[in-house]
Amino acid sequence: MRLVHTIALAAAVSAILAGSAVAQESDAGKDWSTVKIGTEGAYPPFNFLDAGGNLKGFDVDIAQALCDHMKVKCTFVTQDWDGMIPALKNSNFDAIAASMSITPEREKQITFSNKYYQTPPAIAVPKDSDIKEATDTALKGKTIGAQVSTTHAQAAQALFPDADIKQYPTAEEYKLDIENGRLDAVMDDVVVLTEWVKSKEGACCKILGTLPADPKIYGKGVGIGLRQGDDKLKAMFNKAIVAIRQDGTYKKIQDKYFDFDVYGAEPTAQ
Amino acid sequence: MSGNHPFIAAPIAPRQPLKIAGLIAIGVWIAAAIAFAVYFTHVFDATLIERFGWSYLSGLWVTVSLVTVSFLCGAIVSLPVALGRMATNKLARGLAFAFVYFFRGTPLIAQIFLVYYGFGEFRGFFESIGLWWFFREAWYCGLFSLALNTAAYQAEILRGAIESVPKGQWEGGRSLGLSRTVIFFKIVIPQAMVVALRPYANEIILMIKASAIVAIITVYDLFGETRQAYSRTYDFQTYVWAALLYLALVEALRHLTNFAERRLTRHLRR
Repeated sequence: MRLVHTIALAAAVSAILAGSAVAQESDAGKDWSTVKIGTEGAYPPFNFLDAGGNLKGFDVDIAQALCDHMKVKCTFVTQDWDGMIPALKNSNFDAIAASMSITPEREKQITFSNKYYQTPPAIAVPKDSDIKEATDTALKGKTIGAQVSTTHAQAAQALFPDADIKQYPTAEEYKLDIENGRLDAVMDDVVVLTEWVKSKEGACCKILGTLPADPKIYGKGVGIGLRQGDDKLKAMFNKAIVAIRQDGTYKKIQDKYFDFDVYGAEPTAQ
Repeated sequence: MSGNHPFIAAPIAPRQPLKIAGLIAIGVWIAAAIAFAVYFTHVFDATLIERFGWSYLSGLWVTVSLVTVSFLCGAIVSLPVALGRMATNKLARGLAFAFVYFFRGTPLIAQIFLVYYGFGEFRGFFESIGLWWFFREAWYCGLFSLALNTAAYQAEILRGAIESVPKGQWEGGRSLGLSRTVIFFKIVIPQAMVVALRPYANEIILMIKASAIVAIITVYDLFGETRQAYSRTYDFQTYVWAALLYLALVEALRHLTNFAERRLTRHLRR
């Protein structure tokens, strides 16, 4: 009798586990008056904490503008890059605004709004480096730093198979390590690297060049990450992106951070 | 002499049948095990083994070699530290105490960061003394921190074990005209090692798990490879695999210790 109970209990537990694994609620009936947004806070100039510990950056400003347009109250939380997608899926927050590229691998787990910017990757090297170009032959046997589980780390492995790719938890750490002379090059978004080499900390280094963004790795640009099933919220974000592009809010925010267009080409077919 | 002599120990109580709390506890564990097995077979994906199997094995090798080498280096460093802790000389005692105090009192992650990023700031100094090749490599930095950390713990294990050997052993040795060195290495240490065996095994187990920290300074140990695999798949079973491999490692070590103990204590068995 007890054995039967035990087995019944086990079955119930596994049913709950299996159920939670496949459950994918729709947000059709949900009232999105408040939205919690997750970001990293360690990826200047897109998202970072200023000296006072406040979240700043292009991602944050754009997300805030989208929320204002959607007439939704948004709160921001910081989350380590590594755990961003699991945290979204566990509903620790409802949207990711952290310069996350829309890639096929990520789209298996979550869904994305349309892109809100798209900039190419680049390589930076120490100023006295003997590396002349960003090719596999030039980088053979060299050590390249990138941030873990980013499209850039993945692209570095694909583009430079003869180089040694080291992966760091945040962008801050690979920057520290190229200053310390442990790295021959670093790979990241061109905007991130440009901002950095302009700053005091990045005085060690220069931009070697930008690289073409392979759509197989980089996908369709950077979007707002959302849970699968939250179609209503996705539609709200998509509408808001178009709206802030049209009413000039986007350009105003862009001009605050950059002196060039970060949106890239208009998406072809949606 | 009657049967109720006060000094005869009470017979061992017959084994009590399981009470309700015990049954529930066992039931919960069985249910959890079944639920886990069901979950794991449900999500199990053989193509992932094809994709990441080799990197897991190489990660396992890095973990095993790193822990082995740092444990041995730590053992060598721990001997003078343990002797310092027991010395009559105040300076030696103070230095040894400070060493143990620092490495046991601060988190390993802080020590590793200090060595990897902190020492990197003094690259010029390390180059001038010809040690930069060592501190340039993340693997050596991990080895250095782990070895010093475990040396502090091992010194305490060693000291406790040596002090557990009765004074009479020293006196007996001296009465035979043996020198202090001979008594120490041939009489005291062998007996102390039997006492220290279990704590040493414990220390290795703790190190195996603690060594996962080196993944954040770009060493691709078992945990580093796991993070890689997870970042490419967002599939939690990659972490389950790592857990099972760590478990297997610890289990193997446990059996090895049991075997060693049986063998080393043959003379004590009656």
